[in-house]
Amino acid sequence: MAKRELQEINAGSMADIAFLLLIFFLVATTMDVDTGLTRLLPPIPEDEQEQEVKVNKRNVLVVLINRNDQLMVGGEFGTRVDQLKEITMEFFTNPNNDPTLPEKETKEIEFPPGSSPLLPPDGVWRGQVSKGVISLQNDRSTTYQQYLKVQNELVAAVNQLRQDFCKLYFDKDYEDLNMNNTTEKEIAEAIRDVYKMNISEAEPKNIGGLN
Amino acid sequence: MSKFKRKKGQGAQKINTSSLPDIIFMLLFFFMVSTTMRETEVQVQITPTEVSEVKKLEQKSLVSYIYIGRPAKHLQGLYGSEPMIQMNDKLVNEEGIPTESVQDFVLSERENLPEIDKPKMVMSLRIDQDIPMGKVDDVKQALRRAKALIINYSARKDYEDEGR
Repeated sequence: MAKRELQEINAGSMADIAFLLLIFFLVATTMDVDTGLTRLLPPIPEDEQEQEVKVNKRNVLVVLINRNDQLMVGGEFGTRVDQLKEITMEFFTNPNNDPTLPEKETKEIEFPPGSSPLLPPDGVWRGQVSKGVISLQNDRSTTYQQYLKVQNELVAAVNQLRQDFCKLYFDKDYEDLNMNNTTEKEIAEAIRDVYKMNISEAEPKNIGGLN
Repeated sequence: MSKFKRKKGQGAQKINTSSLPDIIFMLLFFFMVSTTMRETEVQVQITPTEVSEVKKLEQKSLVSYIYIGRPAKHLQGLYGSEPMIQMNDKLVNEEGIPTESVQDFVLSERENLPEIDKPKMVMSLRIDQDIPMGKVDDVKQALRRAKALIINYSARKDYEDEGR
């Protein structure tokens, strides 16, 4: 029997086909990743009447942005955006129990038992939680960029506080807590209770331009 | 008579291209894995703001996009240069507060989600950095009315801000 020679398939056009596919994907797809600041909007109150929520004046930090993108923080005009993080952190921690800064209340927050040597064996953290709320208000002519930068600083301040807490008690970065791991997820949720993201966005209104 | 025969008429050496398809396929797979399909054509100009605390949006299927910006150059003859809102492929051309179109959009997007994911819907706001907040506030109010409360201010990571 004659031995048949193995036929070779001509693969010369394979590269062309692959190129074609490659170019198709280059054109039809994008590479941008979705990143951003996730925030929660307050729900519209059921009854249209303004609800008078009694909040102690010292517990509120009002951040105003005027039409010229200038800031007024806690009644002081001319704060720079890069000072805001520090102000916010001090507002939420009130380290020296200043009577002009927010009150604190003692709370018990449950962490997973045995997760940190600094916590009692049952994992309950007893400490002071701030009652502070930040109220962010903007003018209709404020630019989006400035608004987002201010939001960013406020979020950054709370993230920093959470990070410090996490580092102190668990010797880990808050960002690195694995949400698929039950224990670490519980830790993250408990830390979120210790430092709440209390940033309220007021009903939009026109704030006069302070020139 | 030379001992070494010079080969005649050989021309240029052929390059072995048998591994070329493999290389191209490798590139192809890289792009297939690392990119996502373009879904809508953005008809407004958007320069994203850069901030430090951004997070990745995890579940893309839950995200709907609202774009606010000035119309693209080739559309300015048609729409003018005032900031406009784009939802899906549609530019909203409306005076005053665009409550209704935003609500319709939210409802139709919510319909597309499975029942269990409906409360988790995220509205991603992609807004040009120079847009006045009035327009954004209108959209935010409309979103509140439509009970779409989880929003995401789309922004880019600012790497220079990192070390602060």
